[in-house]
Amino acid sequence: MERIPILRMGNLLLVTIQVDMHDKLALTLQDDLTAKIADLGAKGVLIDISSLEIVDSFIGRTLANIASMARVLDAQTVVVGMQPAVAITLVELGMSLPGIRTALNVESGMEYLQQTTSPDLSEEADVDRED
Amino acid sequence: MRKPTWIVKTEKLPIKDPNDVVIARQRVRVWALDLKLSLVDQTKIVTAASELARNTLEHGGGGEMEISEVTDGIRRGVRLAFSDHGPGIPDIKLALSDGYTSKQGMGLGLGGSKRLMNDFTIETEVGKGTLITATRWK
Ligand SMILES: Nc1ncnc2c1ncn2[C@@H]1O[C@H](COP(=O)(O)OP(=O)(O)OP(=O)(O)O)[C@@H](O)[C@H]1O
Ligand SMILES: [Mg+2]
Repeated sequence: MERIPILRMGNLLLVTIQVDMHDKLALTLQDDLTAKIADLGAKGVLIDISSLEIVDSFIGRTLANIASMARVLDAQTVVVGMQPAVAITLVELGMSLPGIRTALNVESGMEYLQQTTSPDLSEEADVDRED
Repeated sequence: MRKPTWIVKTEKLPIKDPNDVVIARQRVRVWALDLKLSLVDQTKIVTAASELARNTLEHGGGGEMEISEVTDGIRRGVRLAFSDHGPGIPDIKLALSDGYTSKQGMGLGLGGSKRLMNDFTIETEVGKGTLITATRWK
């Protein structure tokens, strides 16, 4: 079965959506991510949608479901790289992606997750300390 | 009064399973590119196509999509027609309102795609089926 790969980096999970997802694939991703968050005790999920040419209500709902499921499992979600044309269209469609944190690109999304996913667990996180 | 519209060319696609929704999006993109619609307009029409194709599949029990290049003598545009022989829509006004869903959707697809397109008509008969026609002009 076709699946979207989920990468692990410390206590974060990274997903890059590169295909025009059919609905089943989106649902599989939702299930896979939920299971991985629970299994690995992940604290953050970053979803890169910069390759997505559209986000319709189904994909929007899937992203919202992932974010709320993650929240229940004590993980933060950030969606990064939404194309401007996609953002404009989403607003007109009437979808506000409630409860979803967005960031311009992977770097700022990672920064957000590293700040919010408790720095007190620093044995796991590899943050550079230069002071 | 609506101006008469001429069809320049047409393509028909089945909407029978979830993968057809993906193909429908891709074909509408090709037609929108052919007509050199702006990136934002392409995104709007492809998103509307995705919503309407999914409705045809989920609520209409499957059907077909017809993509046409149309002209009114002044402008050119892409017209999408989704037809099914499903249950029909008993209350069009209610179906169009944001947040109304008879299943567990978000209820944004129909009203949202109306906003994303320029012309939008719903012809439906309970027990017979639904035809939704939507045009985006260049
Ligand atoms: N082709 C159709 N045949 C029969 N009923 C339809 C059809 N298209 C839409 N409807 C009705 O209109 C309602 C609203 O459609 P809309 O696309 O806005 O919401 P949804 O499909 O329920 O949820 P969403 O699209 O947000 O996932 C549907 O719930 C359904 O009852
Ligand atoms: Mg719908």
